[in-house]
Amino acid sequence: MAYEHLSWPKDLIDLDQFTAEHLLAILDSAENFKEVSEREIKKVPTLRGKLVVLFFHENSTRTRLSFEVAAKRLSADTIALSASGSSMSKGETLLDTARNIMAMNPDALVIRHSASGAPLFLGERLACPVLNAGDGAHAHPTQALLDLMTIRQKLGRIDGLKVAIIGDIAHSRVARSNMIGLRTLGASVSVCGPPSMMVMGLREEYGVSVHSRPEPALEGADAVIMLRIQLERQSGRLFPGAREYASVYGLNAERLALAKPGCLLLHPGPVNQGVELTPEVYDCPQSVILEQVTNGVAIRMALLYLLVDNSERRNPAAAA
Amino acid sequence: MTGQQIVIKNARIIDPAQGLDQKVDALIEGGRIARIDPGLGIPGDGRKVIEAGDRWLLPGLIDIHVHLREPGHEYKEDLASGLAAAAAGGFTSVLAMPNTSPPVDRAELIGSLLSKAKGLKGARLYQSAAMTRGLKGEELTEYNELKLAGAVAVTDDGRWVTDSAVMRRVLCYAQVCGLLPITHAQEGALSKDGQIHEGRVSTRLGLRGFPAEAESIAVYRDLALARLTDTPIHVCHVSSELSLELIRKFKSLGVRVTCETAPHYLHLTDEDVAGYDTDKKMNPPLRAKADQKALREAVKDGTIDLIATDHAPHSVLEKECEFMEAAFGVIGLETALSLTYELIQDLGLGPAKLVELLSLNPAKILGIPGGTLAPGSPADLTLFDPDHNGPYDVNTSKSKSRNSPFKGRNLKGKAVLTMVGGEIVFDAQEPTI
Repeated sequence: MAYEHLSWPKDLIDLDQFTAEHLLAILDSAENFKEVSEREIKKVPTLRGKLVVLFFHENSTRTRLSFEVAAKRLSADTIALSASGSSMSKGETLLDTARNIMAMNPDALVIRHSASGAPLFLGERLACPVLNAGDGAHAHPTQALLDLMTIRQKLGRIDGLKVAIIGDIAHSRVARSNMIGLRTLGASVSVCGPPSMMVMGLREEYGVSVHSRPEPALEGADAVIMLRIQLERQSGRLFPGAREYASVYGLNAERLALAKPGCLLLHPGPVNQGVELTPEVYDCPQSVILEQVTNGVAIRMALLYLLVDNSERRNPAAAA
Repeated sequence: MTGQQIVIKNARIIDPAQGLDQKVDALIEGGRIARIDPGLGIPGDGRKVIEAGDRWLLPGLIDIHVHLREPGHEYKEDLASGLAAAAAGGFTSVLAMPNTSPPVDRAELIGSLLSKAKGLKGARLYQSAAMTRGLKGEELTEYNELKLAGAVAVTDDGRWVTDSAVMRRVLCYAQVCGLLPITHAQEGALSKDGQIHEGRVSTRLGLRGFPAEAESIAVYRDLALARLTDTPIHVCHVSSELSLELIRKFKSLGVRVTCETAPHYLHLTDEDVAGYDTDKKMNPPLRAKADQKALREAVKDGTIDLIATDHAPHSVLEKECEFMEAAFGVIGLETALSLTYELIQDLGLGPAKLVELLSLNPAKILGIPGGTLAPGSPADLTLFDPDHNGPYDVNTSKSKSRNSPFKGRNLKGKAVLTMVGGEIVFDAQEPTI
């Protein structure tokens, strides 16, 4: 494969670990793996005999499924641990869990955790590669990569594009990783949300423009990423209600018309239809929400391959 | 032991209360300072002689904000380990906070802690009592009983008394009973679930922030009440610029407010938390660069009266975990002197300021003996080696805990000998005593 001169970190924590060249290498590799999913026999022997532990301390259906499909298409064995089904529910600490996982000698660990920083904590303590499948409000690098992949597929590039991210920025790991990835690849980014769902220092920290109404953020956009509003969690407190949210921030045809013609519509899912998006917008031709899901598997195959292979090259003895 | 005569020879005494900064011999007799001789003429014959060799002789350091975890959390620290750690850091007196388990809100508990500490080798123990029963912010504890049992201050440290009418009563009644009220100023709703300072770093790490304003709002309420009731108040661990502006303003109005900050706020900022280092998680949190600059300025202009450590030991159980699960607090007794020495050098201040911040002002504000080595004072003293220069090895700490934010950091200067009432309680050459 090209890009063999690049060096890779042991773990995938967030996209700020990577240069533009690294990110493009991951996207290229994912394009190759995407082809596997289109074959009659959707499986390659790349990770045969390897054990991938899927540790989901926080509920997730889509991301867990996507990682599981990715690992299986690479012929790896997978074990899924979830918070409720494991001894975590009996008061086991993250450190204990890490030690127990280590004792199983896995080849990679995929972790989703409600605490920001948990993947870094495990990465510092486990010998195998740790892949962050979303931690607290901190990072969700595979989601951001699949968004980048989807945008590049449709528009041919990332560099020079204008991308809007709209919704609950404060609690969104998707927004944070996307801001880093998009900026690294040369896109300009505008973010927007109710002031109660924004946080300090976005402009300085990520180099994005910040808006409190969606119209200026959408103007001239090549792509828009709508974030899920966690109605069950906080909208009652952070915002007067779902209807109020939809009326100011929801994406409808009229608002979408402010963007460039053919502006892509992305959403990490699951969508609250009628809140973040009107149903007509959800079904519009520019909506690439299902392509995102397909690309998610390819991105995760690419990363599992890259990091497990990288780890073997770093420790040839362990691989033998 | 305390009856023995001791001579400390050739020491550079730094004693701003007496206006002294010069080479002296010091004679200790009956646990007290008997004589300070600038003529260096005190003979050693028949006495125990300590050759200071140009090291600094300081009035014993006083830390008015420590958590010794006894009773209830002795696996983190207890009186014996905490008082030994204090002595190793050059402290001869400490004021323990009452947020133990159970909290120190009854006279019997004060009495038993003080009497236990008397038999231990290390710094002297002073005890603060809970400001309100069970630290709940509702009913006042029995201040007179607590005072008679030996308490010197009241505080609900760790919590702010949210009810302003209760706080008004606290201030009035504490004054009647001669207890210093110490407030942990932090409004609860704005700081709820906060993990670190609210700013760029909390945004980047995806952690809930505490805005500095949660502190300033509470500081304003407390100072306004001190003005209303015309009573003294002490604000502990001030961390932010706006709070300092308020304190400066109320001092200029003649309100009897004093305040402290801790070495970590003077030497670290929220940027040091990047990487989710739980040894840099404390309450209030490490603030932004501008706050750090304002704190340093306030040390210089005297708005900050003293430095206290907020020594808060936690075991690996509370620290080696997810950042949001980790306990607040860091240890600091054995690094404070070096860090304050470095600070006064950074700020271009003289050694007298070091003694004011760590000994003289704490003694005055708390109303306890010490802060000077004037003849007749208790022989509570610290010999300081300003030439020491080396990395901090937390594993040598006498504390039971290891949660220092300064692990591995280079430290300048250190305590080499600590004496309490004429008894050597720490000697760097015999670290096992």
